[in-house]
This record gives sequence, C-alpha cells and structure tokens, in this order.
Amino acid sequence: MGELKLMKGNEAIAEAAIRAGVDAYFGYPITPQSEVIEYLSSQKPEERTGMVLLQAESEVASINMVYGAAGSGKKVMTTSSSPGISLMQEGLSYIAGAELPCVVANVVRGGPGLGTIQPSQADYFQATKGGGHGDYKLIVLAPASVQEMADFIPLAFDLAFKYRNPALILSDGMIGQMMEKVELFDQVPRRTEEEIKKTCPWATTGKPKTRERNIITSLYLDPGTQEQHNYKLQKKYRKMEEDEIRYEKIECDDAEYLFVAYGSSARIAQKAIQLGRKKGMKIGLLRPITLYPFPVPQIREMIPRLKGILSVEMSAGQMIEDVRLAVGDKIPAEHFGRLGGIIHSPTEILEALEQKIIGG
Amino acid sequence: MTEEIIIAGFGGQGVLSMGKILAYSGIMQDQEVSWMPSYGPEMRGGTANVTVILSDERISSPILTEYDTAIILNQQSMDKFEEAVKPGGTLIYDGNGISRHPERKDINIYRIDAADEASSMGLSKIFNMIVLGGYLKVKPLVNLKNVSLGLKKSLPERYHHMLPDNEKAIKRGLEIIQPVHTLD
Repeated sequence: MGELKLMKGNEAIAEAAIRAGVDAYFGYPITPQSEVIEYLSSQKPEERTGMVLLQAESEVASINMVYGAAGSGKKVMTTSSSPGISLMQEGLSYIAGAELPCVVANVVRGGPGLGTIQPSQADYFQATKGGGHGDYKLIVLAPASVQEMADFIPLAFDLAFKYRNPALILSDGMIGQMMEKVELFDQVPRRTEEEIKKTCPWATTGKPKTRERNIITSLYLDPGTQEQHNYKLQKKYRKMEEDEIRYEKIECDDAEYLFVAYGSSARIAQKAIQLGRKKGMKIGLLRPITLYPFPVPQIREMIPRLKGILSVEMSAGQMIEDVRLAVGDKIPAEHFGRLGGIIHSPTEILEALEQKIIGG
Repeated sequence: MTEEIIIAGFGGQGVLSMGKILAYSGIMQDQEVSWMPSYGPEMRGGTANVTVILSDERISSPILTEYDTAIILNQQSMDKFEEAVKPGGTLIYDGNGISRHPERKDINIYRIDAADEASSMGLSKIFNMIVLGGYLKVKPLVNLKNVSLGLKKSLPERYHHMLPDNEKAIKRGLEIIQPVHTLD
C-alpha cells in the first residue's frame, strides 16, 4: 500500500505530477487552482526529480511553453481555471493540430467572463467539443475524488502519449479545494534522453544522420494535405471512441431512474440516491469518467430498463446534449443544475428527479 | 458509522485546522474522510466553515445541507446552522459573543466556553483544540491516541513544540463542556 495522506485535490495533482516523472510544469496562478503551483514550489521539484517548474507571465505563455516542450517529447503539463483555460484555447488547438502529447487540468470556476471563484461545471462544451478552432478533440477525464485527481495524472499522460493528443483533466473548485485521503503511487523516474528518443521517434530531439528532420507543425497550407491530416485526426478520435471510454455504474442493477453526472455532481448525486432509496425510489448513477469519449453505448444499453434519465451538472445544461444524443426520444432525459458557482444539494437533485422525470 | 459535521465560526478561529485535525485523526483509524471548506473572500476575516465527514464507508457528497453535529463559534453561524442540525443530532457552541442562544428542543445542545478558557490558560491559539476536546467528549468517535497522531500529521514540523499545549487544550475541553439540553 502506498503512502496515505490527507490532501487537497489541487495538491494531489501537483504531487502526482512530480511522482509521475513529469519533466516540466508551466503555469500561472488563478483561484481555485493556485495550490497546484504553490504546492509544487514548496516541494522544490527541481531537487526531487529535476522537473522544471516555471511560473510563466500569462496563461498564453504557459500553453505555448507546453507546446514547445511537448515537441521535444518531454512530459509536460499546465493547470489553470476557466478564464485561464479560455486564454489557452489557441495553443491547445495548435497542439492538437501538431499531434503532441501534453496534460492540462482545468479546475473549473463559475463564468462567463471572470465570473466567480466558486465551483462550476459550465466548461463542458469547451472541454469536450474541442474548445479552440478546427476539428479536434481533447481526451477529457473527470475526476470525482482527490484520489482520482492524483491517479488521473499518470493516466492522462499515458493516453496523451498513446494518441499523441492533449489530455484534459476537468475538475472544479470543489474537487480542487476539498481534502480527502489519498494513497500516493510510488515515484516513477523521469525518462532519460535515450528513452525519449526511442519512444517518441517524432520528437525534435536533435537530427541524427539516420533519419530526415522531424517537423512539428499544424500548418498545411495545401488544402488537400490539410484534409488528409484532418482525416488522420478523425481516425484517431474514432479509435479513442472505440477503446478509451471509462465510466462507473453505481446502484444500477435494479435502477428504474438514472442520474448521469460526473465529477463533483456525481458525488452529490450519490447522496441523492441514498435519500431516494430510503423513500423506495430505485435510482442509479452512471458516472462518465471520460467525457470525451462519452459513454454513449453504455447509456444506450441501459435504456430498455429505465423510465427516465436526469443529467446533473453545475451548468445550464451542456452534458445533457450528449445524453440526449445517446438516448434519442426513447425515454425522457432532462437536465438539472445550479448555475454560476452555486453547488446543488442532494435534496434539490432528488426534487428535480421527482418533478422533471417521475412526475413529468 | 457516518458522522457529518459542520464547524463554523470566524476566519482566524482555527475552524479549518480543527477540521483538518479531525479528518487526519479519522485516517489514523482507517476511516474514510472528507474536508470541504468554504473558500474565497470569507477566508480573510469573515465567516469560515468546513464540512468534515468521517465514515466507515465510501463518502458520497462532501457538501451537505443537514448535519449530525454542528460546532458553532459565532452568532452568524448560529443563525445559519442551528436549523441545519438533523433531528436527534448535536449542536455544540461557544457562548462567547452569542446573543441568541439555540432554542431547538429536538436536538442535543452543549455549551463550551472555550474562548474564555483559552484566555485564562494564556493560550489563545489553542482555542480550537479546547473545542475539539469538547466535541470528542460528546462524540467519542475517534480515540485520543489517534487525535494526537492526527495533530502531529497536520501541524507543520516547525510547530511541533506546541503539541503538548494542544494536547493539554484537548484534555481541558473534555472537562469543561456542559450539557444545555439533551434528549436522553
């Protein structure tokens, strides 16, 4: 068993980054995720593993530092919260276009604009539909506990390198700020230059005579070439949809009603299930762990046994669109969620199920 | 066993660290724990509160609207959280600065004058540990040995010379808490 600690979600991200053998972190502080860079600087990662820790002058600079370093095959990451992630969208589109691996964590706060520092899940569209310009997807993981904040760092890097694609960890101020018990995995050594050359033959690691130059670019001016590049990306996304869906089912065996909720809403929905089951309501939860790729087949498979679905998200209704694409008009599927940084309570979720689905 | 607690008072009273010590004590006896603070501007001098859950099972929501126990350390928190105690639950409060005392008859109410006690002990910083001691008297869910371990884990090493004072404060809290209204 690994080391047990009581940590904030943000601290777990930071500790996991060091332990996962990350080569560099570039970031800029913003509430509610500033503990990531605070914790990293307290740990002197340059002494622990030789990891580079740099506070950039802005989020735009951070993501472009990530772009550059990722091109050399290094394990690099950044973290921010909603307004900062918006600033990074151009860079993320370039990184996706150039097919580079990296990890970005968004500890979401209420918006739009500067919004509020309280938790929200209103960045779902931005996270799962690309976010920047062009036809691209990020691999999106949604942790629902501090343990998963730690565990998803190495998972996100594995997926990012497997597909040469940016991976996004989508949490929120609640998961970032809360403390829970975490079992930390053992230190993974940073890869040597030789290992990087061997495992990332595409990286700009210095040109030997044995191969042509490696070029990192997202610019293909010839539309025919650009179209072929896009087909290649789309093929990759279809492969992700086949192989990388992750989800958790809770109390689904006898469920007549289903909550679909991720991250902090999944935690609150579990309490709503406990309250509902005390009243004799057969409710289950499907928790998407990957938001892209979204667990469409898993939801479809449950439809014949269900009377209705409530999608619960701290937004005005974003994930509900993916739920409805899965469900069609076969059974009622509605959205519930508080907005702008207000966290819904278990009772409110249960009341919404009663009003919108059971009574509706 | 699941115990859902809200600790609420002014920023600077040690509300968040008291919750952290309690959570660490739970870990020391293999319990599942969660610690969810109010965060933001209220941390800087206004009201502060933290929800702590100790459980033998996986914890669902770290945010709640009703609690098994409310530990209330100022009037604003009394106004906000007295009604949030589950029927049959427990309310513990410090009488210092309280103008409207709790009135519910369907819960257990205890009073601990920890602020006065801390100043008479000449140790204002360990006020929160006196309150924690009082809580542990009423709800002995974590044993004192694990609280000492939790205390050691959550205090940075530079404060470890203060461990004996903290332990003394917890013991004092165990002694001075008084029932106001109990159900049994």
